[in-house]
Amino acid sequence: MSLGSAEVAKIAHLARLAIGAADIASYARNLSSILELVAQMNAVDTTGVEPLAHPLEMAQRLRPDEVSESDRRERFQAIAPSVEAGLYLVPQVIE
Amino acid sequence: MEWETVIGLEIHAQLSTNSKIFSGAATAYGAAPNTQACAIDLGLPGVLPVLNREAVRMAVMFGLAIEAGVARRSVFARKNYFYPDLPKGYQISQYELPVVQRGQISIDLEDGDSKVIGITRAHLEEDAGKSLHEDFHGLSGIDLNRAGTPLLEIVSEPDLRSSREAVAYMKKLHTLVRYLGICDGNMQEGSFRCDANVSVRPKGQAAFGTRAEIKNLNSFRFVERAIEFEVQRQIELLEDGGTVVQETRLYDPDKGETRAMRSKEEANDYRYFPDPDLLPLVLDEAFIESARTALPELPDARKQRFIDQYGLGAYDAGVLTASRELADYYEALVEALGGEPKLAANWVMGDLAAALNKAGLEIAQSPVGADRLAGLLERIQDRTISGKIAKEVFEALWNGEGEADAIIARRGLRQITDTTAIEQAIDAVLRANPEQLAQYRAGKDKLLGFFVGQVMKLTQGKANPQQLNDLLAKKLKA
Amino acid sequence: MHTQTIAELAAGLRAGDFSSEELTRTLLDRIGRLDPQLNAFITVTAEPALEQARAADRRRAAGESGALTGVPIAHKDIFCTLGVRTSCGSRILDNFIAPYDATVVEKCQAAGLVMLGKTNMDEFAMGSSTETSYYGPTRNPWDLNAVPGGSSGGSAAAVAARLVPGATGTDTGGSIRQPASLCGVTGLKPTYGRVSRWGMIAYASSLDQGGAFGRTAEDVALLLQVMAGFDPRDSTSADQPVPDYSATLNDPLAGLKIGLPREYFGEGLDAQVAEVIEESLAEYRRLGAELVEISLPNAGLAIPSYYVIAPAECSSNLARFDGVRYGYRCENPQDLLDLYTRSRGEGFGAEVKRRIMIGTYALSAGYYDAYYLKAQQIRRLIGQDFRAALAQVDVIMGPTSPTVAFDLGEKVDDPVTMYLSDIYTIAVNLAGLPGMSIPVGFVDGRPVGLQSIGNYFAEAKLLNVAQRYQQVTDWHRRLPPVG
Repeated sequence: MSLGSAEVAKIAHLARLAIGAADIASYARNLSSILELVAQMNAVDTTGVEPLAHPLEMAQRLRPDEVSESDRRERFQAIAPSVEAGLYLVPQVIE
Repeated sequence: MEWETVIGLEIHAQLSTNSKIFSGAATAYGAAPNTQACAIDLGLPGVLPVLNREAVRMAVMFGLAIEAGVARRSVFARKNYFYPDLPKGYQISQYELPVVQRGQISIDLEDGDSKVIGITRAHLEEDAGKSLHEDFHGLSGIDLNRAGTPLLEIVSEPDLRSSREAVAYMKKLHTLVRYLGICDGNMQEGSFRCDANVSVRPKGQAAFGTRAEIKNLNSFRFVERAIEFEVQRQIELLEDGGTVVQETRLYDPDKGETRAMRSKEEANDYRYFPDPDLLPLVLDEAFIESARTALPELPDARKQRFIDQYGLGAYDAGVLTASRELADYYEALVEALGGEPKLAANWVMGDLAAALNKAGLEIAQSPVGADRLAGLLERIQDRTISGKIAKEVFEALWNGEGEADAIIARRGLRQITDTTAIEQAIDAVLRANPEQLAQYRAGKDKLLGFFVGQVMKLTQGKANPQQLNDLLAKKLKA
Repeated sequence: MHTQTIAELAAGLRAGDFSSEELTRTLLDRIGRLDPQLNAFITVTAEPALEQARAADRRRAAGESGALTGVPIAHKDIFCTLGVRTSCGSRILDNFIAPYDATVVEKCQAAGLVMLGKTNMDEFAMGSSTETSYYGPTRNPWDLNAVPGGSSGGSAAAVAARLVPGATGTDTGGSIRQPASLCGVTGLKPTYGRVSRWGMIAYASSLDQGGAFGRTAEDVALLLQVMAGFDPRDSTSADQPVPDYSATLNDPLAGLKIGLPREYFGEGLDAQVAEVIEESLAEYRRLGAELVEISLPNAGLAIPSYYVIAPAECSSNLARFDGVRYGYRCENPQDLLDLYTRSRGEGFGAEVKRRIMIGTYALSAGYYDAYYLKAQQIRRLIGQDFRAALAQVDVIMGPTSPTVAFDLGEKVDDPVTMYLSDIYTIAVNLAGLPGMSIPVGFVDGRPVGLQSIGNYFAEAKLLNVAQRYQQVTDWHRRLPPVG
C-alpha cells in the first residue's frame, strides 16, 4: 500500500494539518512505509474473530444524575487564546 | 407528472436530566456563556466521560413506549469532525449499536384514519455548543454551555408522505416525550428539534429519489413550511430536467425558503469508531423492568380511556390528552366534581383554554386550579347560577377573588328560581313596554328576545333562563 | 542522600536523619547541576516543591505523616498538574497551565510525596527515544550520546541519574519498560485500568496506562501502592481491590514457572543482549524457578496491529487541540480552516502528524474494515495467546528491547525502524497485561533490561519476582558515569 502526494494532502486536510508542499513527499514516503508494515496483518486469516475494542471486557459504569461541577469559567478562560464576554472567539463560522 | 413526497425525520429530544450525559455540569437553560461548561465539556486534555444513568433510563423508557427493542448491549462511538462548537473534535454518539432499536408509533390523519410510522432507532448522544454570530469584530463567539447535554436522536423510517404527516408525527412524539417526562419539549429553547430528509419520486416508482436534509427545524410551522418549500423546489428542478443533489440545507424562516449549507459543502467522512474511553453499555432485565414500572399511562391509552370512561368524543379526548398536565387537570376536575365529565370537558376546552391562551400560560400555571373550577361547575350543576353568570364568576376566580361560592354570595349572583319573583319581573317589563307587547301580539315574534333581555336586565341576569322562558311564553299568550 | 532508594529515604525521614526540605534542596541542586546535560526535565517546580517539602515536615512534626511523606518524585509531563505547565512534550501545549490535577498527581500529593518537576517525553508519548519532544531530546545518563528510550525517557533518565528517587510514567506500547531497560532502572506498567487515566493526557485510550519508575522493585511497589486504585472519573478504571504490594515482595520463588516465548528470542534480538538475558534467567533458575519454553504465535502481528489501533485512537484524541480553547494558536488566522490547519500544523511535530494521518486514513470511509477492524481482530488473537500461555506459567520473561540504547539521531528519521524497538513490549499493551523491566546487565556500558509479564492484576507477583532477583544481584545499584 503506497500513498501518493494527492492522498497525503487529502488526509492532511481531513485531519486539519497544514503540511508544507516541500514536506508532502517525505510524509508520503514515511506513511507508505508504515502502511507496508501494517499490511503484515493480512498474513493472518481473521475470519470469524470478534474484534477486541478493550483489553478488559467490562461493562460501562453509570453515574448518578447529580450536578457536581460549579462555574470555573474564569480559571478555564485564563488559558484561552481569545475570549470576549465569556465566549471563545474564532474566525467567523459560516453555516 | 404526479409526484410523491417521501420524508423521514430525525428528531433530537434533549433529555431533562439535571447533569450532562458525560459530566457533572448543570444542563439548565439560559446561564451566562460557558458557566456550565466544565473541564469535560470543554474537552480539556486528560478528561474522561462517565455515562449518566438517568439519561440511559430515559432512553429505555422511550424505547418501551414505542414498543421498540431495547438493546441489552449498545456501544458509544466517536463521530469525528472539526467544528468550533464541538470541543473534542468528535461527538460521542451511538452508531452501529443504538440503545433503542426498531419501534413504531401511530399518527392520526386528517381524514380520521390513523397510520403507523416506523421508528428505525433512537440513540443517545451529546449535544454540541452554540456559535453566536453577533458581531465580535467579524469573529464568532462560542458558548459551550449546551455541549454535552444529553440528546435522544429518534430516527423515523421514510414513511411520511406529506408535510402534514411529518408535523402530525412530530407532534405525536412531542406529546409522548413530555408524557414520559424525559424532555421538556421546549422548542424555542431547542429542547425538541428536527432534521427532515426530503425527497420526491414519480408516483408509483418504488425507488427513492435523491434526498436533501434540512437541518435544525425548531417549530412545527417551520417543519411544515420548510418541507413544502423543499418539495416544490425539488419538483420544479426535476420537471425542468435537473437533478436533486444530496446535500444539507438550512431553512430561512424570514424568506420561507431552504438553501444549501456552505459549511457542509464537502462530503463528510466522520471516521466513526467505538469510543475507547467508554465501555459497552450493558443493560440487565432489572434495569429495563424498573424503567417499565416507571412508565406513565401513555397518550393513546389515556385517550381511549377518556372515550370509554367519560363518554367523550374522539376529538375532545384527543385534545384533553394532548399533554399529561392537561389530562391530569381534567381528571382532577372530574373527580372533584364527582362526575359531569362533559360539563368539565366543555369548560376545560372552552373558557379555561381561552383564558390560558390569552394570558400565554400553560395549564400547569393556571391561576384557577381544578378544585376551584369544580366549585364553580357545581353551582352550575345545581342551578345556583346560570351558564352566563358562571362566566362572570370564572373571571373573578381567574382574578384571584376567592372561591366560587364566596364570589356568588358577595356579588349576589345566586340565580332566581322563585316563580313568583320571576313572574313579578315579567309583569313589570310587560307593563313598561305596552307598545312592544302590542306589536308582539300582532305577530312580531322576534320581540320575544327583547322581553327576555329586559327581564334579565331587571333581575341582573339572575333569573333562571329556563323558568323565565316558560313563564314569559305563558304571559305573552294570555 | 541522592543515592538512597525511596524506602531508605522514607526511613531516614522517619528517623529524623534529615528533613524533607533538606532532601528536596539537595535534589533540586543536583537537578540544577546535572540536568542541563541530560534534559530530563521540561519544568522544574523548585518553589512549590520546597513548599510541599516544608508542609510534609510540618505533617511529620504533627504526627500526621504517612509512609512516604516528604519523599520527592517527578511526574511525566503527560499528567495534568494544577497551576503548572503540562506540555506533553508538545509545542501545542507549551503555554498550557493545567487547571486541574490528574488523579495520579492528587494521590501522590495526598500521600505527601513532593513533586520536583515535570519530566521530558516524546511528544504526546509518541516515540521510543524522547527525541520527538518539542523541548529537545533527553540524554541517557549511561552515555550522553545514547537515547534514554521513550516515551517516558525523562523520568527514566532522572531516576537513573539519581536526580530523583522515583518518577511516574505512562506506557502505551512500552513507554515505561523500554526506557527503564535503556536507562538501567526498574519500571512497571500495571494492568490496564489499575491506575486512573483521569488527567493523563490521552495518546491511545485503550492502551495507555500509568505506572512508575524506581531503582528497585521495592520502591516501585511503594509508588504503585499510592497510584493504584479505582477512580469513578475513569470509566475504564478497574473496580478491584488494591493488595498490599510490599507484603508479598519477599515471597520465595521456589516452584515459580517462567515461560520463555520462543518468538522473543529469535531473529532481531541482539546477540549480546541475548547473552545477558540468558544469564539473568540462569539466576532465576538458581532462585528455584522453573523455565519452560512457550509460544505466542501471533507476537509478530503486534506491531502491525498496534500501528493501526494507536494512531486511530490518537487521530481522534488529538482533535481537541485546535487553537480554540487552550494551547497554541497560529498568528493571524485568515479563516476557521486556516486557524485549525496552521495551529495544528505548527503545533504538532512530524511524528505526531504522521500518526494522526495514519489513524485518519485507517478510520476513513472504505478502509475501516481492512485496517481498524482487522487490527482489533488481531488484538483478540494476541490476547488469547497470552491467556493460553499464562494458564501454563506464572510469569512470562524475555528481553524488554531487542538492543541496548541506540545513538541519538540514529533512528529518528526512520519511523518504522524506531517502531521495532518496541517489538517485545507492544503486545502487552494490546492484551492489557502488567509488564515490568528490571536492569540485568550491560552491553558496551549500556544497560540491558529483562521484561516480565504477569497475569491481569498480578502486579504483586511481578514485583515479588523482581525483588528476589534484586536481592541477589546489584545491577540496579550501579551508578551511571554522570555527576
